[in-house]
Formats: sequence, structure tokens, C-alpha cells
Amino acid sequence: MSFWNATYAVFRREFEGYFATPLAYVFIVIFLLAMGSFTFYFGQFYATGRAELDIFFGFHPWLYLFLIPAISMRLWAEEQKTGTIELLMTLPIPVTAAVLGKFLAAWAFAGIALLLTFPMWLTVIYLGSPDNGVIFASYVGSWLMAGGYLAIGSALSALTNNQVIAFVLTVVVCFMFTISGHELVLDFFQSWAPLVIVNAVSSFSFLTHYAAIMNGVIDFRDIIFFGSLIALFLFINVIVIDQKRAG
Amino acid sequence: MIEIEGLVRRFGSLTAVGGISLRVAKGEVLGFLGPNGAGKSTTMKMITGYLAPSEGRITVCGHDVVEEPFQAQSAIGYLPEGAPAYPDMTPVQFLNFIAQVRGLKDEAAKKAIDVAVARTGLQSVLEQRIETLSKGFKRRVGLAQAILHNPPVLIMDEPTDGLDPNQKQAVRGLIRAMSAEKATIISTHILEEVDAVCTRAVIIDKGRIVADGTPAELHAKSPTKRLDDVFRALTTPDAEIKAEAVA
Repeated sequence: MSFWNATYAVFRREFEGYFATPLAYVFIVIFLLAMGSFTFYFGQFYATGRAELDIFFGFHPWLYLFLIPAISMRLWAEEQKTGTIELLMTLPIPVTAAVLGKFLAAWAFAGIALLLTFPMWLTVIYLGSPDNGVIFASYVGSWLMAGGYLAIGSALSALTNNQVIAFVLTVVVCFMFTISGHELVLDFFQSWAPLVIVNAVSSFSFLTHYAAIMNGVIDFRDIIFFGSLIALFLFINVIVIDQKRAG
Repeated sequence: MIEIEGLVRRFGSLTAVGGISLRVAKGEVLGFLGPNGAGKSTTMKMITGYLAPSEGRITVCGHDVVEEPFQAQSAIGYLPEGAPAYPDMTPVQFLNFIAQVRGLKDEAAKKAIDVAVARTGLQSVLEQRIETLSKGFKRRVGLAQAILHNPPVLIMDEPTDGLDPNQKQAVRGLIRAMSAEKATIISTHILEEVDAVCTRAVIIDKGRIVADGTPAELHAKSPTKRLDDVFRALTTPDAEIKAEAVA
């Protein structure tokens, strides 16, 4: 049983699991309704009169803050609650493969929900001539950001067998990773801290990196940021699970 | 095929398993007896690689469980306590997942699943979600999962718990039928089960082995020749005094 076979087996089981219950359909419907209502109602999409999706993408970090923890909360908490973790960990599956397989399944699922917002894209194409490169980059950025939220949520889900606790913890931690790039927070730091600190705080924020990608430039550094953040939290995830079994 | 030496497991200040050594050979069916909290499940969790030992060594088919966990786990079929299984899957999906993880492909997987399903009598519920199954069927799904890859070592934590008398009989028959080619460990609260399936019984109390012998030898320890009396004498708080009395 190679590492990738094990990862794939876990991925497949998890991914099919989403669609075996109403969970996937309920989530996708809520996701699309939230995306649509925020963009059109709160974002005054039509009133701007511009064929751009930056209003739509601008809401993503804030909607992800609640929607992504709803996916990630069950990843490990449920396994621990039902006892299936004992089954999973006594099969010849490396912990890293299990963590990665579960994460990738959740990320693929989030990707599908995101792709299903394509009517937004069609709408702006119909209304005008948008910069498709910017929109494509924004989709990539949004998906990377979803991966960041999911990795944090997965690691925190391993800490508990209670999904509600996993959800709340994830919202709080993700909120800190998001808000640290917001003007309010940066203004607060700017009033007294040296620029190095302000930049450091800002550089940890999803907003900063996401905003950079939303401008249409998929910078290598932003990809590295999300990639290493995901790797870091999945690594923490593995440690948490190993720690629970250690002698 | 199973060799355990000086096995210790501590949870904080609590010593759940306090120095267990034993060997189980091919063809043997070893019954783990003991009151709740005696360390039976913890010992099984260590043999199967779910929990790491605090001290001591476990070898399964020549593979050290800590050094070569996947080789050891590949040789083991394990039914954890309560027979956990993914509730949103059907038995056939679940067994396919296990087959995939066990490295069984296409024809081999299909054949293994057919055999396991036939042996555990799951044909009638293959397409029902596991969460809708009765306790007896859930247990049989767990058994089917454990024997799927025809492992040389079988570890079963309370395999007949919650089954009706007919189902108990059937599971015991299944264990007996497979035992010649395997090294088997089962844990049980039901003393008659020892007579029914075990070739050897080990009584564990407070993390230590207090008796080890064939069922007949254990019977002989009590003047009444009843296993219940031996069990009670060895595992009640003033066990030492009573143990001397029966000796």
C-alpha cells in the first residue's frame, strides 16, 4: 500500500461521503444563496454599473469565515466521536496520508461549490466585457484561500470530538488570520508599532494575499503563502493526531 | 505469531496496562477476560498500533508494531470495541474502501468481499446505509471488515457483544472455523464464550495477567469447577486472598 494509494483511498471515501448525505446539497445551496445575496443585495452589484466581479470576490473571505468551518468541523471530530478513527488508524494508512486525503476531499468539495458560482461570471460577460484574466485569478485566489481556512479547520477539528467546539475555534482562528490585514487592525498597529511589525501582521493575513491575487496578478509569493500555510496546519494536524496515540 | 513483552501503557498517572507478556501461536484462540477497565481494550489497541506502548515490545508476524507499523497492521484484522464503521456508507461501499486500503484490486477485491459477506451473512443488507442497520448487522459489518484480507492475525474486541443468542452462536462458529489458520485474540465478558471458542484464556485485572491457561485448567482452579467463581475470586478487590483460597 503506497502512500498515494492510501491518500487516494481516503480521498475517495471522504469525497463520496459528502454526496452520500444531504450535507453536500444543503451546503452548496446555502453557499450559492449567500454568495448571490451578498453580491446583489449588500454589494449593490447592479448599481455599480461595472462589468466586474470584485464585489462578489470581496465577500468571499467573510463568507468563508462561516461556511468553511462548517465543512472542516467534522473532518476529525466526527471520526473521534464515532470511534472510526480507531479503525482508520489501525488500517495500514500513514497518518499523513489520512490527513492529506481528508483535506484534499474537503478542498475539492469547496472547489465544486465555488465553481458552481459560474453564473456570476456569465452574468458579467452578458452585461459587458469583463477582464477574464482578473476573474480567473480571483477564482484561483479564492480557492487557495478556502484551502487555508480548511487546513486550519482540519487541524482544530482534530483537537476535539465535539463538532461545535471545532466550528467555533475555527471561526475564531480564521477570523484572526483574516482581520490581521484589515485597515482597522493595521491602523491600530501603525499608530505605535514600527513598519516591520505592521508589515509582518499584514503579511499573515489572508486578505493581503487574496487582495493581491484579486488584482489579477497571481504572484508566486502569494501562492507560497497559502501553500505553506496549508502545509503548516496539516503538519500540526498530523502532530495532534499522533500525540493522542503516543505512549 | 503475536509476541508481547513487558507491555506497559500509562495515561497520565494512571497505569492501564502494567507489564503484560504473552505469546499467541497459530491455531490458538486466546480469550482475554477481565472486569471493565482491566486493560483488555488498551492492550488490543496497542497490538493493532492504534495506541503506542509506554514500554515494552509487540511483534506481529515478525514485525515490530512500533518500528514497522504498516507491515504489522497489514497482517492484522481488527474489530475495535463497538464495531465502528462509517455510518453514511453502505456495507458494500465500506468493504470496497477497506479492500482498497488493504491493497486488494478488482477481481481479488470482489472475491474477498464476496467471501467476507457470505461468512458474515450480510447479503440482505448490502445496499442499506450502515447507520440504519441493527446492532447485530453493524457488528457483522465490523467482522466482515476484519476478515476481509484473510489476515493471519485476528484481534476482536468483544465480537459478540450486543448480539442475540443465535447471532452469538454464528459468530463463535465463524471464529472457530477460521481459527486453525490464524492466531486469534478475542476479549469478552461472557465466560461461557471461553469454553465455546477459546483454546486458552488469560484473565487480566488492573493491567496485569492474573491467570493464564486452557479453559480446563482455569476451571480446575475453583472448587466449584465454575469459571465464574475463578473470575470473581481473581478479580475482586481482595483478589489476592481469594486467589490463594482457590489455589
